[in-house]
Amino acid sequence: MKRLINLQPAPPLRFILGLLPLVLLVLLYVWASDARLAANPVDKLLPSLGQFADAIKLMAWEPDKRSGDILLWVDTLSSLQRLAIGIALSALFGLMLGLVTGALPLVNAGFSPLLTLISLIPPMAILPILFIVFGLGELSKVALILVGVGPIIARDMQRQTREIPFEQLVKAQTLGANSLQILTGVLLPQLLPRLIGSIRLALGTGWLFLIAAEAIASTDGLGYRIFLVRRYMAMDIILPYVAWIALLALIIDQGLMRLNRRLFPWYQSEGGR
Amino acid sequence: MIQINNLWKRYGDTSVLERINAEVKEGEFITLVGTSGCGKSTFLKLLLGTEQQSQGELLLDGKPIPAEPDRHRGIVFQQYSVFPHLSVLKNVMAARAFAEGRISALLLGRRRREARAEAEALLESVGLSHVLESYPHQLSGGMRQRLAIAQALVLKPRILLLDEPFGALDPGIRGDMHELILNLWHQQQLTVFMVTHDLKEGFYLGTRLWVFDKIRHDPQAPQAFGATITYDIPVGRTERKIYEEIDNQLRPVAAV
Ligand SMILES: Nc1ncnc2c1ncn2[C@@H]1O[C@H](COP(=O)(O)OP(=O)(O)O)[C@@H](O)[C@H]1O
Ligand SMILES: [Mg+2]
Repeated sequence: MKRLINLQPAPPLRFILGLLPLVLLVLLYVWASDARLAANPVDKLLPSLGQFADAIKLMAWEPDKRSGDILLWVDTLSSLQRLAIGIALSALFGLMLGLVTGALPLVNAGFSPLLTLISLIPPMAILPILFIVFGLGELSKVALILVGVGPIIARDMQRQTREIPFEQLVKAQTLGANSLQILTGVLLPQLLPRLIGSIRLALGTGWLFLIAAEAIASTDGLGYRIFLVRRYMAMDIILPYVAWIALLALIIDQGLMRLNRRLFPWYQSEGGR
Repeated sequence: MIQINNLWKRYGDTSVLERINAEVKEGEFITLVGTSGCGKSTFLKLLLGTEQQSQGELLLDGKPIPAEPDRHRGIVFQQYSVFPHLSVLKNVMAARAFAEGRISALLLGRRRREARAEAEALLESVGLSHVLESYPHQLSGGMRQRLAIAQALVLKPRILLLDEPFGALDPGIRGDMHELILNLWHQQQLTVFMVTHDLKEGFYLGTRLWVFDKIRHDPQAPQAFGATITYDIPVGRTERKIYEEIDNQLRPVAAV
């Protein structure tokens, strides 16, 4: 018998092992929900699967009585738009700042203390400032994501820039490259796949700030809806929304991974995941 | 061409190199050997300009050698010398793009065609014609070093620095690499400095062999003294006795 740490599951077994806890969880839920509903038919804490189906149908297929919109899609669209703009701005900001501070010691000396300080401030603490400065509209939500995620990406990009072997920078200089050419021709192209990796890691934080901002001041969005229906203890809506957010996050993550493989084939065996 | 007068290199309290004096003529092929950590790479860095001496003079054509790498001094490291995000062909063409002041490592139009032809010819001479579109990670270690050599030679540097370029390669492949580097040295009339840990390589390849070693020792403070050139011999007519003497000094193990 091999040691436990050396036992590798074969592919079908691996799949079953992965699915098993999920199935158990669902079974456990159904059992608990049945028990509660049997004791009290109007219990709202653990809705039955049928109640979920009704709620999903209501949110995802039937137009809202007041606005005529199909709420799930409106919410999804607004949230994804905020997230996309916020993450895109963070990525741009993080890439630029990480590149110049990572590559140019002079710039680093100027910016690094400030960047460290800023990334120590809990972004939620300055949300009121963002509301005051940018109003309650889209801008403040995007700004919160930028404040929360931008520094994370910038510091990661700075580290990644420094990890590109010094030999390459020397080599470029012996080929007559100036500083700008090294930044744009050697470092920047090698940072792009790393940026996508960095975005994948930072997206979780991005969602956090998105939902927080929507919960506090918004009129639509996935986070807004969850916090709105919480007042009616509408678990039959909240749980499908949470599952939907998780699914969206998974799709975005996998999409970025594939994009990375497609765009930067040279990176994958370079230590890229 | 190169004049070295009483050169010292220290890092803080640590002396790495001391009292180095030498003169090198255009076209010489100097191999550098010495124990690991004795300062061979440091010496190349001084020649390259990424490090500066603490004391003494390092002159190129009578003037202090530029304190920053430039296109007149090519380098091949043991690894990480090529750009992983560029294909074999683009790795070589990049040199031309940099030299012509392009912002990215890319060229356009006629310039591009010329650079491409030049790169293809050079890659042909190092035996990489069949992998022009591959990325470095798809190449074997030997092919990657061939690429690094081709890349270092595009702009026709006067001096070529090689820091254990074949250290990570199989002995079988090294023979081919030796032939390659000797051919290129002849064709391009380079002045070559090559660090190697293989004494045979040192004797076989160059026109001149330098051995770096410490001649002064302080048992209380091993870092107090640096290495200097203990042998400076023209190779090709070396006596067996000297070979064994040096071999013994570098690897004090009983010969079998
Ligand atoms: N930047 C540095 N700062 C301090 N010590 C260094 C630095 N670079 C090299 N050294 C020291 O200089 C010595 C010589 O290093 P190196 O030239 O790389 O040796 P070699 O190439 O002969 O193996 C080593 O003891 C190393 O620790
Ligand atoms: Mg070395």
